[in-house]
Parts: sequence; structure tokens; C-alpha cells
Amino acid sequence: MPNNPSRDLFPGALEMMILESLRRQPAHGYALVQHIQQRSNNLLQVEEGSLYPALQRLLKAKLVKAEWEVSSTNRRVRTYQITAAGQRRLEQQISSFERMFAGIALVLDPGKSPAS
Amino acid sequence: MNWFSGLFSHRRTCDDLAEEMRLHIEERTEQLIVGGLSLAEAERAARLSFGNKALLEERSREVWQWNLLRSIWADVRLALRQLRRSKGFTIAAVCTLALAISANTVVFAVMNALILRPLDAPAAEHIYVIGHANSIWGYESYPNIRDLSDRNRSFDGVAADNITQAALDTGNDPSLAWLYETTGNYFDVLGLQPYLGRFFHAADEHGPNSAPYVVLTYAYWQDRFQGDRGVVGRSVLLNRHPYTIIGVSPPGFVGTFIAFAPNFFVPLVNQEHGDNMLSKRGSRWISEVFGRLKPGVTQAQAAADLTSIGSYLGKNYPNDVDQQLLTYKLQRPGLASAFGGAITAFMAGLMLLAGLILLAACANLGSLFSARAADRAREVALRLALGARPIHIMRQLLIEAMLISLAGGAVGLCGSVVLLRAIGAWRPFPQFPLNLPLNPDATVYAVALLLALVSGFLFGIVPIRQVLRTDPYQIVKSAAAGPMIAGRGRRFRLRDVLLVIQIAVCAVLVTSSIVAVRGLARSMSTKLGVDPRDTLLAETNLNMSGYKGDRVPAMQKRMIGELQALPGVAQVGLVSSPPLKMGWEDVDIFSDRTPDLRPSSSAGDAVFFAVSPEYFQAAGTAFLSGRLFTLQDDGDAPRVAVINQQLARNLFGSATNAIGRHFKTRNEGRLQVVGIVEDGKYTANIAEDPQNAIFVPILQNPRTDTWLVVRSNGGAQLAGAIRAKLRDLDPGLPVFVQTWNEEMNGALFASRMATLSLGVLGVMGAMLSITGIFGMAAYSVNKRLRELGIRVALGAKRKEVLQTALGGAFKLLAFGSAAGLLLGILASRVLASIVYQATPRDPLVLAGVVLIMAVLGMVATWLPAQRALSVDPMILLREE
Repeated sequence: MPNNPSRDLFPGALEMMILESLRRQPAHGYALVQHIQQRSNNLLQVEEGSLYPALQRLLKAKLVKAEWEVSSTNRRVRTYQITAAGQRRLEQQISSFERMFAGIALVLDPGKSPAS
Repeated sequence: MNWFSGLFSHRRTCDDLAEEMRLHIEERTEQLIVGGLSLAEAERAARLSFGNKALLEERSREVWQWNLLRSIWADVRLALRQLRRSKGFTIAAVCTLALAISANTVVFAVMNALILRPLDAPAAEHIYVIGHANSIWGYESYPNIRDLSDRNRSFDGVAADNITQAALDTGNDPSLAWLYETTGNYFDVLGLQPYLGRFFHAADEHGPNSAPYVVLTYAYWQDRFQGDRGVVGRSVLLNRHPYTIIGVSPPGFVGTFIAFAPNFFVPLVNQEHGDNMLSKRGSRWISEVFGRLKPGVTQAQAAADLTSIGSYLGKNYPNDVDQQLLTYKLQRPGLASAFGGAITAFMAGLMLLAGLILLAACANLGSLFSARAADRAREVALRLALGARPIHIMRQLLIEAMLISLAGGAVGLCGSVVLLRAIGAWRPFPQFPLNLPLNPDATVYAVALLLALVSGFLFGIVPIRQVLRTDPYQIVKSAAAGPMIAGRGRRFRLRDVLLVIQIAVCAVLVTSSIVAVRGLARSMSTKLGVDPRDTLLAETNLNMSGYKGDRVPAMQKRMIGELQALPGVAQVGLVSSPPLKMGWEDVDIFSDRTPDLRPSSSAGDAVFFAVSPEYFQAAGTAFLSGRLFTLQDDGDAPRVAVINQQLARNLFGSATNAIGRHFKTRNEGRLQVVGIVEDGKYTANIAEDPQNAIFVPILQNPRTDTWLVVRSNGGAQLAGAIRAKLRDLDPGLPVFVQTWNEEMNGALFASRMATLSLGVLGVMGAMLSITGIFGMAAYSVNKRLRELGIRVALGAKRKEVLQTALGGAFKLLAFGSAAGLLLGILASRVLASIVYQATPRDPLVLAGVVLIMAVLGMVATWLPAQRALSVDPMILLREE
């Protein structure tokens, strides 16, 4: 992908994480950032704004949908929801990511078997 | 989301996005304040952790933009940057193309104006000019036209017209005017409505002189009558006969000939034609016949219908009609039909040459682009290796080519508009109202744009094969050696082929222009049979001032006498129509033994002149043997003639045999040869084949429309004196005086135009071959500088360095020139019909072409050669 949305992430990683977060529950942009940073124990330093180009791409591909709402804390927020297409895409990406990760792990540490 | 709804929702998307980002930063700020920061610190920290808001917003918005358009725009910007970086290349390319496109546009615009533009009449596509299958001239006699009109079943109407001059007197000063004399149904067949007043119709005609009506053209009405609406109904004098102006034709309509701008129209039955020309079937004097085809009738059917009328005429009037001219054909109206295809052929030839120029320019640019692509092979290879698709790289190269071609097209179009203005303002025939609507119209602009795009595409795709073949691995690997060396010796490069094509095309152009210039030089030095220097011509038409019968020769004698008496005048003669002028007379000649004077049994034809005794001296025609005419050779004396050497040889075997012998013509009967004069040029085409010529005494062949030939003693300004003297003799006589040289411009016009246009094209060809060879040589020297440096370091001599650096370029030049010369020789045969004595098998032409191409090669390789010779091996090797 030409416009890599963040430093230190491979292409498509951010989108994958957004979709996974939204699969658990719909959220607005700020909550998504908080969620990703907390879940990664702050290991992933995502530039907050880089979320938005990724969200636009997902919106355009109809993997998520968005709506303006008023949150429980009484703020006006634009809440994103994953669509059925988004669910399917997420499953594909996770499985291919896992295969790739297993392959990389094997190359980096040939002594260990991936199962152990 | 389709792009249409996307267009409308785009703005909302952007607003949503901005709002969302603002709220995000706001929320973060609030959180940080809760965490204990001050407002200012919190805002700053929130912005920092958000990142570059403007950039991110733009990136988010880009997601929604139309991808193709965006990337094409990016390509355009990249191409512009690339072109700006290599200014020399860009300027050279744009200029080359501008030259080629303006040449094509000018030629096309002229062709458009002269040939392609349709007649300005409703449903003009059904109007056809009726011509003879065996003659380029459409002349017909009045009775024949009546028969064609009455007996055909294919036309809704057949009309005819003839261009002529008359003296128009609106009450004060009589002036010469140009007009169409037409059949009464002229405007009805064309389907025109008057702008003002009414037209004349077939019903107005009841035999000779029954319809004294004038219909003005819109332009003349504006010009001469200042658009006065009261002009309708006004009486004027035409050749001293009363006529009534009855109407004005619609603006823009100039008759069927199109290239002629008449002043007005009068019914043919009303024009005076001596000897009752309206009833003579044998006199073919009406220049154009045309008709409106009935719906559903094809051209071939109509031509067959007319030809069957032709055979009826042939059977019933065998002595009056020319059996050769009874087969008819249909042609489109306009200049093209009037000159029987000679102009069409010439314009098509010019268009072809201009097309060759464009082709050469494309070949030139193609090889430049190909060289550029080779230089950029590493860049291209890197982009391919990094995942760019070949189609994107090709698109980028094509966009570059298109930008250049559009810029070249725009510059070329501007140039051609300027040039066309200049041509349009030019009056080659001062006396003849030429109508050349050269202003470029939409068609011309469209053609220029199309040419630019097509040529851009042509030279744009040249390097594409090269790009597709690119193997990134090979090129990156051999980067140190450079792509050129890597590809060397592998194949005969496309660039070389293109250069040879280009040089060949240019050599063709140079050859044809030298042939043309040679031809013109010869036509200038050719024997005209007259000496136009220090001679004035004055056209007088006594018919226009009402002279008839015996008053005509008396007045002519007075005019000659009075002018002869003017100081500075050497000799004055009278001739029916001077040689080398449009409108010569042509007669069939018969040997003395031929009993019947049918056209089919003639012994040939001759150009016919009626002259006064002093004419030969006044015109400067050399008298070879026999006697001159005298005033005793009048209507009561035996008929005599002076002929030229050509006719003497053709009819009697030799000039010495001819004196005293007899021959016949249809109108003159039996004529005795009394003298022989030198050969000359007689028709309006200086490139004519040797012609027979007959001169008869004007007293035996009286006529009212004559030209006074006034030879001065040299240097005298006689024009004003002649005009004044003739006015004194008869104030009602319209006179037009000009020098014979001016008059002859008309005869030389075709050949001069041909030479001029071919010369210009030849110069353009030469320029193109210089740029082509220069580009190639400069490029090859540049690429091989290091090799040359090593050679110099190893002790190569200057000659060897030059040989290495430029040998290839010269080989291509020699090869291309030879091919072009050969093609040029073949092509120049076409020129022979227009350019006087154009023959490419002239040693001077051959030598000229070889010399010019060699000089072009020298000039073009001069700078690269200097560069190659100045190679300093130390500097070059140190650079490594």
C-alpha cells in the first residue's frame, strides 16, 4: 500500500487491528486508539491521526460503516461498526497473517518447531 | 459508490472528517487536563500525539478521489518536471513539431478553402457541374445547353453561367465590373432567396435582350452602394444599355465557381454577344453548366442520361458539335472542377509532401524519445523492480509525448494562422477579384489538433517496445557499463531505422524543391516569343461604350495613332488577347485539301490572335520570313495569316515551304500564309508544350474587345498618359492599364506558387534533417565519450576519433540520402505537369542534392565533432 499509515507497522496491519477492535464492539476514533494502545500494552506507538486515512479506506471498501451519535459521556461522536464484509475480510487477513508470522518465526529461529 | 453520487457526497465526507478529527483532539485535550496538565500544555500534547493534522486529512480525503484522474494528473506533473529539466530537448521537440504541423495546417487550410468548402446554397450536395469526360474545360454552346436542359430526365433544373466583364455606369464614372451572365433559372436551380428585392427567373426571358435586370452581390451592394436599400428599382447603364437593379443576393454567396467574387449577375440572354452567339451551336463559349439532381438519381445515371442527349446532338448536328465532347460527367462545383483536377492534384501533392514533413518530424522525435528512454533505462528498471506496472511507465512516456505534441500543435497553429492571414491578403491577379476564404474554420482547428495528437501518439509509442523489453535485472547489473554499451552490437536499432527514414524523406523534399527551383529558373529564361520589358497593356472594350460596325476599326485606328504620338512611345499594336493570358482563343485547323470542316478531321489546333500590322514590333516578336500585315489586308482583300514556326513545321514540313501556301479554319475559311514568326508561349500556362499559333489581320477579323500593346523607349512612365489620352478620345470608355510584366504574373502564378511551396517544404526538410543528424551525432558522441577518451589516451589520431564518433551518423546519412534521392526522382515526375520542364534527371539537380545533403551532414555534425575532438582523456578517466 503506497500510503503507509504509521511508522513501524507493515501495510494493512492498522486496518486489521481496527477491524478486530470493531468486531468486539462499535467505537469512535478516539476510543479505537485508546483500545489499540491499551491492548498492545503501549508497545505499538500508533500516531493517533494515522487512524483516519485507514478508517476512510475501510469505509470506502464498505468493510465498516459510520454514524454520528451522542456517547454515554454526552459527546458528539462518529461511531464505526464492522460490516458483514468486514467480518469476512478480517478472518482472511488473520489467517494469512498467522501463516506469515509462523513462517517468519521458523526462519528466525529454525531450532524451534512452530508447535512448541 | 459510483462516481456520480460520490461527487455529491464528497463534500460531506470531508466535513465529517474534519469534524471528527477536531473532536478527537478535543477529547484528548480534556483527558490530559483531567490528568493534571494546564490547558495550553494539554492542547500541545494532544496535537503532538495526533500527528500532522493537515497531511492526515489530505491523505484521508485522497482515499475518496478518483484514482485514475489523480494518477494521470500526477503523471502530467511528473512529465512537466522532466521536460523542464531538459529544456533543450523540449524546445527542439516543440519547434520541430510546430514547423511540421503549421506546414500541414496551412496546406490543409488552403485546400479546405479552394476545394473542400461546399457551395453556399441549400442542399448543395445535390448540385453538380456538368463537364465533358474528354476535356478539362466545361465550355458549352447556348443551344446545346438548351437541349441538355430540356431533354434530360435526371435534373430538377439545369442552369449555366459565364464569367465576364462589363462597364457599369451608375450615373457618374463608368467602371469595369466583373459579373456572371447566367441563365434565367440560375437562382431557382440553386434554391436561393434574395436578400433584398427579387431575383430574375426563367419566365422573365423572352429571347435576346428581353430581361435587362441586375442582381447585385451582397458585398458589392455594401461596397459600391453603401448598403442603400433604395437601390432596388434603380436604373444603371451596362455597356451603355439601360438595366434595372432588381435585387441583392444573400450574403456570402459568390456563385458556383467559389474562387471568384463577382460584382453582380445579369441574364445571359441580355448580354451582347456579337454574331448572335445565342443561336450558334458550334460556339462553345459558356464556361459552366450545372444542375440540381432529382432525388434518387445517381451520378452515373445522370451522366448516362446526358451522354444519350450528347449522341442525339452528335447525330443531328454533325457539323456543329465536337464528337469528342459528347460524353458527359458530373463534378462537384468549385475551383476543383473548373480546372479539371489540376489544382486538386497539386494540392493533394502538396498535402502529401506536408504529410512527409510531419512523418519526418515524427521519426525525428521518435528517435529522440527512444534515446531518452535508453538514458532512462535505469530509472525505468528501478521503477519496474520496485513494483511499478509497465502500463504506468508507458502511460508516463505517452503523456510526455502528448504534452510535447499539444504544445507543438498550439505553436504551429498560431504560426499557420499568421501565415494564412498573409496569404489571404495577397492579390496575385490585381485585375481579377479572387475570393480566397482562408480564415481557418473549425475543420482546420480540428485537423491541427488531430494531427498533433496522432503524431504525439506515433512518436510516443516508439520507445515503448524498448520499455517492455526492459529486463530490470540486466540493466541494474550492468549499470556501471551503462545501458548503451550493454545493448551495443546486439541489433540494428530502431532509432537508426527512424533516422534513415527521416533523412530519406528530407532528401525527397530537397530533391523536389531543387527540381522546382530549376524549373522556375528555366521558365524565367525561356523564350516567350514576346518581350514584356518596357511594355504596357491597356485593355479596351469598345462594345462597352456602344461602338458598332465600321465605327470600331475607325476608333481603334484613332487610338493607335493617338498613343503612337505620345512622347516616349516606340510602337503601338493591337491584339485580341495578349499571349500568356487567361482566355486565349483556340481554333481547329484543317489542311487545304480537307473538304469538310468537321472537328474530327482537323489537322490539329492552334492558338488564335487577331492583330494590327504593328503588333509584332510592339510585342517584340521576331519576324523570320515573308511579309508583315498592312492596312490593305482588310475585309475586302484575300484572307491572309502569319503563323509560327511550330505550325509551319506541322502543316507544311518546314518554315521555308510555308510561305504562300494555304490552310483552313472553320470561321476564317481559306487562309494564305504570308509570314513566319518565332515560336513562343501562348496559353496562360508557362509550362505548356510547344503550341501552334495563327495571327490574322484584325481588319479581317474585327472585334471590339482588344488590348493595346504600348512599347516605350524605356523608363518612361506612360500609364497615366495612356489613361488620360484614351479618356480624351471617349470619356465613357473604361480602361485598365498595367505593365506586361504585371499581367504575366498570372501566367507564371501556378509555377511560382509551386516553386514557392516546394521551396519552403524543401527548406523545412533540410532543417529537419539537420536536427535529426545533430541529435543522433551529439547523442552518440556523448554516450561514447569515455571510449573516445581511452582511444585518445592510447594514441588515436584525430581522423580515427572522428571516424569512431561520427562514422555511424555519416553512414546513415549516406544511406538515407541515396534512398531519398531515388524516391525524389520518382516523385518528381508528378511535378513535371506544373513546374516548367521539371526533370530530376538533370545532372545539376543530382549534384545539388548530393551536395546539399553532404553540407547538411557537415553542419549537423560540426558541434558533436568538435566535442569528440576536444576529449581530454585525463578528465574523463579521473571521473570514474
